[in-house]
Amino acid sequence: MDAANEAGHAKAEAGKAARESAPDHAPAPNTPQFTKDEDLHAYHEMLLIRRFEEKAGQLYGMGLIGGFCHLYIGQEAVVIGMQMASVEGDQVITGYRDHGHMLACGMDAKGVMAELTGRRGGYSRGKGGSMHMFSREKQFFGGHGIVGAQVSLGTGLGFADAYRKNGKVSLTYMGDGAANQGQVYESFNMAQLWKLPVVYVIENNRYAMGTSVARASAQTDFSKRGISFGIPGEQVDGMDVRTVREAANRAIEHARSGEGPYILEMQTYRYRGHSMSDPAKYRTKDEVSKMRDEHDPIEMVRKRLIEAHGVPEAELKATDAKVREIVNDAAEFATHDPEPDPSELWTDILLEARA
Amino acid sequence: MATDILMPALSPTMEEGKLAKWLKKEGDSVKSGDVLAEIETDKATMEVEAIDEGILAKILVEEGSEGVKVNTPIAIIAGEGEDVSAAASGGGRKPNGAGEPQPAPTPDMKAEGQAEKTASASKTSDDAPRAPAAPAVITNKAPAPVMEEYPSGTEMVTISVREALRDAMAEEMRSDDSVFVMGEEVAEYQGAYKITQGLLQEFGARRVVDTPITEHGFAGIAVGAAFTGLRPIVEFMTFNFAMQAIDHIINSAAKTLYMSGGQLGCPIVFRGPNGAAARVGAQHSHDYSAWYSNVPGLKVIAPYTAADAKGLLKAAIRDPNPVIFLENEILYGQTFPVPKLDDFVVPIGKAKVHRTGKDVTIVSFSIGMTYALKAAQALAEEGIEAEVIDLRTLRPMDTDTVVESVKKTGRCITVEEGFPQSGIGAEIVARLMVEAFDFLDAPVLRITGKDVPMPYAANLEKLALPNVAEVVEAAKAVCYR
Repeated sequence: MDAANEAGHAKAEAGKAARESAPDHAPAPNTPQFTKDEDLHAYHEMLLIRRFEEKAGQLYGMGLIGGFCHLYIGQEAVVIGMQMASVEGDQVITGYRDHGHMLACGMDAKGVMAELTGRRGGYSRGKGGSMHMFSREKQFFGGHGIVGAQVSLGTGLGFADAYRKNGKVSLTYMGDGAANQGQVYESFNMAQLWKLPVVYVIENNRYAMGTSVARASAQTDFSKRGISFGIPGEQVDGMDVRTVREAANRAIEHARSGEGPYILEMQTYRYRGHSMSDPAKYRTKDEVSKMRDEHDPIEMVRKRLIEAHGVPEAELKATDAKVREIVNDAAEFATHDPEPDPSELWTDILLEARA
Repeated sequence: MATDILMPALSPTMEEGKLAKWLKKEGDSVKSGDVLAEIETDKATMEVEAIDEGILAKILVEEGSEGVKVNTPIAIIAGEGEDVSAAASGGGRKPNGAGEPQPAPTPDMKAEGQAEKTASASKTSDDAPRAPAAPAVITNKAPAPVMEEYPSGTEMVTISVREALRDAMAEEMRSDDSVFVMGEEVAEYQGAYKITQGLLQEFGARRVVDTPITEHGFAGIAVGAAFTGLRPIVEFMTFNFAMQAIDHIINSAAKTLYMSGGQLGCPIVFRGPNGAAARVGAQHSHDYSAWYSNVPGLKVIAPYTAADAKGLLKAAIRDPNPVIFLENEILYGQTFPVPKLDDFVVPIGKAKVHRTGKDVTIVSFSIGMTYALKAAQALAEEGIEAEVIDLRTLRPMDTDTVVESVKKTGRCITVEEGFPQSGIGAEIVARLMVEAFDFLDAPVLRITGKDVPMPYAANLEKLALPNVAEVVEAAKAVCYR
């Protein structure tokens, strides 16, 4: 092990130790603070994802959602913190664990849930499913089922921004598993070579399906994955929406100003299995419950709202009720909306050529 | 000239059947599409249609007759202006069915074997049985004129395929700022095969983008850019290297429109040389025509002439869908007349009758056309008029043009450099089975590259590729000559 790697390894280990030895998640002295409104916003947005995903899990269990269904529960602070730092017109693209990103982009919960149930009111009219949803209006470019493909595609979104000189930034998400794909490094190379406005967000939830980071990655500090291209990167506590947003501000500003890409390794955790059919043999129940009990991103905000911002419990309960209503309406719609018309089988294969 | 109507076969295994009913009587005038009679076997019934105009001069087999052998003349049609009674008496008739009908060749018939057989037959007698006619009538119509996509009298300039491709890109880049070209060596090097020569000088580095050697990555970047509405032209130095990028071509470019419920189109062109060049071995010689033509959501183009290369590339760049544009390195330097027009665009999805003929249809595309056309020339010297169809677009495939031709000729062969199994030829065969079965007088034969990885040695490489003699042999075999 050379010195640089050793140092990196040491830093990663230190970060891990710090997280695990901080059951109260006492903020470090330099932890950025949110205003009450920011915390309220983050709480609402993250709770919407949490409740939505719980409902999706239920509907899956009832056989109303088919195929694969990858839930985002536990990782909510990542996408919400990133969105709080982005501006309208910035593009978002991710892999197959995409429900949270869509909700964070402002896509309608009904349309997302109806796509999960394969109904005509779904974002892809029932033809995409959980892993393949898009919204041109909300600048959400998917929703991609091939691990790592979204990284080259997201780099292409940044290429288009640079080509058009429109000042927008591509927020390109991937997991720790995707981060080992070859095309990720092809993309890093070109993004830095051409100074493309791309922020690569590596959501390190510690497991690529059932394989832990340590068993899959020679370099487990993902913030260093751009070093050979000269791309700056940092490790971020992805369970704290405040640290996420602060890092996102730095990264997005770097990309938007023409400095090129930036890598953020978000250290996070998924509570649920890889997909709904995960036997969960690769980690202990204690590990999962420890994360839930001590580092839950939503509970942290809730606690802050009550203790630091003095928000009455009743107000939070009202928020909870509002979120539940959105989710229940979405489930209601998604279970009663008709399936696509059979004629939809033959549509959207090719666009008509312009005259 | 009077022609015989022959007892048609309903299936490759049918030997005889019943003439159930005549729907026309002697003296009736008939025109194309009229149902003349109904025939039956134990499996099916079928209508016998006229495919040309004339007078039903004589009925040779009465209705209700059973056990009528396939290819037996069942009636005589007199041509327009012809003496009906002379025709009915057999004067001037083609000696069609004078001898035993040729057995229908089995589907796995080898072209060589059949060619040998017919060659020896023609040695013994110049009056050897002619090939059986199409199920209805032999057309004596003059060959349809070759249709061109430009007004007659248009001034033509002779340019190479290479220049045509460059001109197409340059014209489209001039008219639309969202069009750009990216790939390895497209800018400063002026193109590995000089297709992008001069583009950097005219359009600058923003729109003529040299990439690192990183096909998977830059294909994905181009697809991502196309999702936002830009119109990338991705040059692969060869389509062999596009194997590194095929995930983005298929999974990202071709499927996203469907998976997004029509929201996210991908207006992109993937272009470059496809198939064998010369002496570059198996990894640089693969023909991917059949691969891409298999995928819904793509359009696939494989032009032969410079005019088609130009007109179709312009159409491809304007098309809102992902287009695979398969070029051929050996054709790059060949020159063809190209119409001198400000905006010459050839529609995607239309085959072209490159040479008209009445005896056999040869279907090909791209460099396969060179074998097809040389073979047609050789066949003409032996009295066989081949109609040569250039598919030009492989997906969507213009089956109508092929079927129309086969209705006329009753025989068809296909020519391609790709592998035989599941190839373009196989697709043509399958479609003709469904859409032209009743018009075929012989199994459709395929001339393809051999079912081996491309060898390096000059002699082996030559053996692995199709050649003109094979095309000629196959054409003769289906003509039973």
